[in-house]
Amino acid sequence: MSRIEVVSKVEDSRAEVRAKSLREAGFDVKDVVLVDAYTLYAELPSEQLGSVAEGLRNPVVQDALVNRPHIPEKKGEIIVPTDFSWVVEIGPQPGVTDNVGHTVSEGIEASLGQEIPASSSKVMFLSGNLSEEDVEKLAGGLYNPIIERVKIKSRDQYFKDKGMNTKYPSVDLHEPPTAGLVDLLNSEDKELETIGKKGIANASGSRNGPLSMSLASMKAVQVYFKEKGRNPTDVELESLAQTWSEHCKHTIFSNPITMTYGPGHVEKVTEGIFKRFIKGSTEEIRRRKGAKDFCVSLFSDNAGVIAFDEKHYISYKVETHNSPSALDPFGGAITGIVGVNRDPMGTRKGHKCVANVYGYCLGDPRDKSKLFKGPNFTQEMLSSKRIGLGVIDGVNVGSNCSGIPTELGFAVFDPRYRGKPLVYVGTVGLEEIVADEKEKAAQPGDYIVMVGGRIGLDGIHGATFSSEAMDAGSPATAVQIGDPITQKKMHDAIIFEAKPRNLYSSITDNGAGGLSCSVAEMAKECGGCHVDLDKAPIKYLGMSPWQIWISESQERMTLSVPKDKWKEFSALMKSRDVEATIIGEFTDSKKCVVDYNGKNVMDVDLDFLHDGVPERELFGERKAVKHEEPEFSIDNLTDALHSLLGRLNICSKEFIAQQYDHEVQGGSALKPLQGRGRVYADASAFRPVLSSRKAVVLSQGICPSYSDINTYHMSACAVDTAVRRAVCLGANLDHLALLDNFCWPGDSEENLGDLFAASMSFSDNAIAHDAPAISGKDSMFNTFKGYDENGKPVTISVPPTLLVSTISVVDDVKNLVSLDAKVAGDLVYVLGDTHDELGGSEYFKMVGEQQRGKPFVGNHCPVSNPDRNPRLYRSLQNCIEQGLVASAKSVDFGGLGIALAKTAMGGMLGMDVSIDELPGKWSREDYGLFSESQGRCVVTVAPESRERFEELMNGRTFAQVGTVRDDNRFVVQHNGRTIVDADVGTLLESYKAPLRDF
Amino acid sequence: MVGVLILKEHGTNCEFESKYAFELAGARLGMVIATPDIDEDPKNILSVDIIHMNDLIKNPKKIFDYQIMMFPGGFSHGDDTGSGYAWANRIRNKMWDEMRKYVEGDHLTLGVCNGFQALVNLGLLPNLDGKYTRSAALLHNEFPRYLCRWVDLQFSGKSPWTEEIDKISLPIAHGEGKFYAAPETLAQIKERNLVAARYIHGEVCTSQNLPANPNGALDDIAGVTDPSGRILGMMPHPERAVDFTHRPDWTLLKELYKRTGKEMPSEGPGLQLFVNALRYFK
Repeated sequence: MSRIEVVSKVEDSRAEVRAKSLREAGFDVKDVVLVDAYTLYAELPSEQLGSVAEGLRNPVVQDALVNRPHIPEKKGEIIVPTDFSWVVEIGPQPGVTDNVGHTVSEGIEASLGQEIPASSSKVMFLSGNLSEEDVEKLAGGLYNPIIERVKIKSRDQYFKDKGMNTKYPSVDLHEPPTAGLVDLLNSEDKELETIGKKGIANASGSRNGPLSMSLASMKAVQVYFKEKGRNPTDVELESLAQTWSEHCKHTIFSNPITMTYGPGHVEKVTEGIFKRFIKGSTEEIRRRKGAKDFCVSLFSDNAGVIAFDEKHYISYKVETHNSPSALDPFGGAITGIVGVNRDPMGTRKGHKCVANVYGYCLGDPRDKSKLFKGPNFTQEMLSSKRIGLGVIDGVNVGSNCSGIPTELGFAVFDPRYRGKPLVYVGTVGLEEIVADEKEKAAQPGDYIVMVGGRIGLDGIHGATFSSEAMDAGSPATAVQIGDPITQKKMHDAIIFEAKPRNLYSSITDNGAGGLSCSVAEMAKECGGCHVDLDKAPIKYLGMSPWQIWISESQERMTLSVPKDKWKEFSALMKSRDVEATIIGEFTDSKKCVVDYNGKNVMDVDLDFLHDGVPERELFGERKAVKHEEPEFSIDNLTDALHSLLGRLNICSKEFIAQQYDHEVQGGSALKPLQGRGRVYADASAFRPVLSSRKAVVLSQGICPSYSDINTYHMSACAVDTAVRRAVCLGANLDHLALLDNFCWPGDSEENLGDLFAASMSFSDNAIAHDAPAISGKDSMFNTFKGYDENGKPVTISVPPTLLVSTISVVDDVKNLVSLDAKVAGDLVYVLGDTHDELGGSEYFKMVGEQQRGKPFVGNHCPVSNPDRNPRLYRSLQNCIEQGLVASAKSVDFGGLGIALAKTAMGGMLGMDVSIDELPGKWSREDYGLFSESQGRCVVTVAPESRERFEELMNGRTFAQVGTVRDDNRFVVQHNGRTIVDADVGTLLESYKAPLRDF
Repeated sequence: MVGVLILKEHGTNCEFESKYAFELAGARLGMVIATPDIDEDPKNILSVDIIHMNDLIKNPKKIFDYQIMMFPGGFSHGDDTGSGYAWANRIRNKMWDEMRKYVEGDHLTLGVCNGFQALVNLGLLPNLDGKYTRSAALLHNEFPRYLCRWVDLQFSGKSPWTEEIDKISLPIAHGEGKFYAAPETLAQIKERNLVAARYIHGEVCTSQNLPANPNGALDDIAGVTDPSGRILGMMPHPERAVDFTHRPDWTLLKELYKRTGKEMPSEGPGLQLFVNALRYFK
């Protein structure tokens, strides 16, 4: 074993920032030195070790120490803690992917021609006044025990041991690698229930982890195997659990549901929510569009596909990765983003990834309260701030390293996301249409080929884990770590090289359920599969066959490769350093058969595997809620505007947008930060085909706080907001599609009643806007069950949350507009009606918090008008296409006041506004300014365009409310009185300050 | 024929837009893209190829088919052990003789972002001693987080790449872009006029109220050349700024042009760099 330590010889900004943040966290830290350590698991001649070490440093700025521990000392100008008192080393846990170690191994193989395993770790030397307890606490904030291990040594110990002497993190495996039988035939209901909930008992006396199977499902399995006259193997039962999981089957959206609206008012929807509302509305819209239908492939593939131009299709998929992100925010988020990248990659014959999006629903980062998963203060949850920063960082690494531009995103905050954050990640794909290309379909006789990374113990039971609420039993192994570079190699080799050469007949990604789901899914195309699990490439020996079969280890695609193409395919993958392995054959046996170690370990009919899940009858109930109607008065609306701008849901998230590369691939057109004030945008645009002037517009809409009043309106507002944000940028409403992502707290009758209403509303509003839904996903169990900081049991459920994403294609990028006011003297218009709709608004929440220490909710949330709003948006689109609009901003969180302020801040130009003629029925000037009524936009128009603009808007509700000033003064008047008087620079400060230093 | 070679290493990700930038520049010079049965004055033909390092290593002499070589940006080998280290190691171990001969001939070489980091780690930049000793580094940004924004640049020095370019704005996107060299090296770089571009407080910084130097680079250095001027390395991405709508302020400028009765231009500020390189051989 050899160890190489690389240490900076010059000022190290990472160490300085680390020291600063530790001091800010209250530790008496003087200095920090960071060392990158690499452990090689081979004895090498010192000459070779020396050359390896040279490759791991730049001699201008770094030293490399071979087999001798680093002792910090003073060097030149650089002060290092020669008086260090503690050394902390953090490295990956056994079995967790070590991307850096992997790169080191590859480099050694390239230079020495030998395969030598390597691992990496980070060593931190600390000086200052620190007790052992301090260091343990400090280290606790720097590593995540689920995926990393830490080693702490005092100065004395470090010298005594001559360094850290870290051992290779190998996986310690006790389990025998054979398939076991599960005694179902003789099990009573109680035992079936236990197996379904807690998992299969194993030889060591513990259980394999949750199957998340209901008693009804377990009984269906029992009946099936009774007929076969044998017990199932653990491989079979685990496989069924994956395929039947809520995560994969979406039973809640597909099963019949009986809704109770009130006494005697009951309706049964036998076809289920998905077929009636989501698919139903899309089918109706497509029928109506007729020849103008731009949809290509919906709901059946990994992502929804629509037309881009004559030569290209685009696809879009948005996913959530909530449960893993709560346990390991970085790992959960990076896996989420690289995971959703594989959806377009596995769509049709494979799409190139051209854009990423994100969305985070988080707890308040300033909330310091503690939460525990276990009783008696055990299994402490990470703080809101760490979850937030970890998630943001995970998408940073995953997206940036993959070379995919992150075009758009959002962050919303609510205390109810403290237990389980929602992490949305999405990817847009692009396909060059190949004439006469066969639709993807695995053929009997094709090889089943696994491509990309290897299989490990990381990511076992991810699918079943996310199908229930999170509590102390949630498995740690459900967390995976993504390696974007392994995936990038695979993406490029498959999409740019194998696809054009027509080397495979079908492709899908390995996500939830791993091989068990991807292979079984493709087997539907040809009618069967026969897998030889011994051939599946694994990270280490000793894995049980069921683990290999269901592991969700990252960066893997499953392909079907015709036998006569294998040689060429295999040579191509090899030439790109991408591992590709035949693991079996597709058949037409109507069965899913798996062998391991010469024995048959799975033999289940495909029909039963895919359709055997028993129907579950669902019941939903609508309950009306009544909140206290707020009564308050506010004197100073200038102060209120400043405070609103600084609220977490409104303030700038510039620090997120600018750490994500939104320029890579060279198609950036309207960026996530817009105008001179760099205002965080709610829609953006890019050109995925560089030689074309066509652009893709993306936007998002999410309004969870309206769920406190009514999920029907919440859902309507999410659709309306997403469409409005898109059209304000210049989207083409004739070529605009929707994606839905429902994240629900659970499946109680009330939850399902809320879901039913939200889905119905989604459908009604999709039809109103003539926008087909092309893809969707749901995550039904976003509830945390644990203990608070006093050890008392606590349940935290997310509010019913619907994210609506839009994707639209516009003909000419140059017609797009940004949100910032452009020229002094331009006219400021408000489109749409303003009503007293402040229920669930940021303004009510803020005033409640200020005046009584807890948010007001109210009862009148915004109600979207499905008749007027779409027509207004069409007129606006027309004006934008005619070049009559200089800027456009959707009015949403924080109302008109915020939209006007963002327009002004974007242009760094003041405004004179009067709300005297503001259309709509509003009773108070603060309500007029801060109501969140839907269907409204703020636009600025050049004076010379006034006539044509007003002509084209004829018949719609609009009013000129002011003009853009040539200085920085932002003034709002009502009935001759000045009600807001602010400086745009000061407003910008209020807007940017809260999250600036994150 | 003018041939441009764009290297593709595991993890690089700017190959396609770089190819597009060269082709757009070629079109501006009236060049046509090479096709098998082309009938055109060879001087007017442009061929831009992306070749994987794995293929190149098997046949390193292939590079002599091209007059221009580009090391594009990205995360070669994940930058896991240091930005551009592993990419540079591969070239040093597998095709150093050819690479050296290439850059010593009458060829132009460009490294952008991760490509710049690789050139520095190969010792090809700034190469003060002519022996390719590593003498500079690109360190973690002063605020050690990945940063994507536009910067303003003052070009200087003498290089075919930067002719006619004075002050322009370009985007950056990197986590390790702080140019560093020891004081005596830095003095020589300046003395020998090898600074190709410096971050300045110009149009974008003024308009968007941003600091000029985005990463703490010494002496505000954004790019350097070798003593011959034929090799240029820079952190900013000219290939992401070849269209007018790449600019962060294009929607504002569109309005201003419209109101003065002018057409909005079509080109972005980075295109000139690629035009310069092609013109050198045309």
